[in-house]
Amino acid sequence: MANTYEAIATVTVGSGGAANIDFQSIPATYTDLVIKLSSRTDRVATNADCFIKFNNDASNLTLKKLYGAGGAASTGSSSSPAGGIGTSNGSTNTTSAFANTEIYIPNYTSSNNKSYSVDAVQESNDASAPIYATLIGGLWSNSSAINRVTLYIEESKNWVQYSTATLYGIKNS
Amino acid sequence: MAITYEPIATTTLSTATATVTFSSISGSYTDLVLVANGRTSADGIYVNLRLNNDTTNTLSATRLLGNGSSASSSRATAQNLLSLTPNTAWDTTNPGTIIVQIQNYSNTTTNKTMLVRGNIERPGVGGEVSAIVGMWASTAAVNRVDFITGSSTFLAGSTFTLYGIKAA
Repeated sequence: MANTYEAIATVTVGSGGAANIDFQSIPATYTDLVIKLSSRTDRVATNADCFIKFNNDASNLTLKKLYGAGGAASTGSSSSPAGGIGTSNGSTNTTSAFANTEIYIPNYTSSNNKSYSVDAVQESNDASAPIYATLIGGLWSNSSAINRVTLYIEESKNWVQYSTATLYGIKNS
Repeated sequence: MAITYEPIATTTLSTATATVTFSSISGSYTDLVLVANGRTSADGIYVNLRLNNDTTNTLSATRLLGNGSSASSSRATAQNLLSLTPNTAWDTTNPGTIIVQIQNYSNTTTNKTMLVRGNIERPGVGGEVSAIVGMWASTAAVNRVDFITGSSTFLAGSTFTLYGIKAA
């Protein structure tokens, strides 16, 4: 039986930080893609909004999101810029607290528009710091095969050291 | 390293089809994962799940839903189909995605519980993101899964894959 869940590439952010986590030249030999991200940012706040773009195209991205921060659940249909993938911890959040995010991209080489799913969580063990658990259903309205995925942060902030992301490919046969 | 995540079966539709069935599912895994990504031949088509072709109203669900305007939770009990797109259905243009996890699917002691994540984004029209917990009130081992449209069909090119996960 084939091994169907394969690591394609891993990015670990070094001591200088990085504005982008960038997976380029993604092979078209899989059926679906999964990205697992453990992250923290240098935004001077308790959290930072995070984003995805495909093939270096940050347009034609829309979404629906469902999120909670400890009160009533909320929903939204936009992010600015487009392509939201939830929030990560900012620099004023509890030291060493990192967010976890999983992004699932089915049929990434198809000629249809591309949907993506996100489950993102933060926690800080700090009652004064707003944190979020977020579910997102997004769409990139583009028929091109995805060959590049870039993760970035609002206000051109940086992923900090020890942030890691791994891109996996899943084969259906 | 043992291989633990294996494709059991996959269907890429060559023609429009109302029901996609995975049958004779082996009991040799620990958990099942189903991934559906597709479109329907009309707008507003609901997608449902049935296990072991059981039509005896033994499915229930608790849902968290967000459509961009309102966040909500709802329940359904005594269903003969588990709705995977409870409020906002698939359409002809934008692929919807459904991921279903069925843990401990082959045991014959407990009822079967499912975790479901669903997305449909329809720019300018609507959409929904959902998290659903479903239960099939049966102690039978799961050996068949059906994806069923409420009406109409899944379009050609829609994909449905069943994966098996083995514990160590």
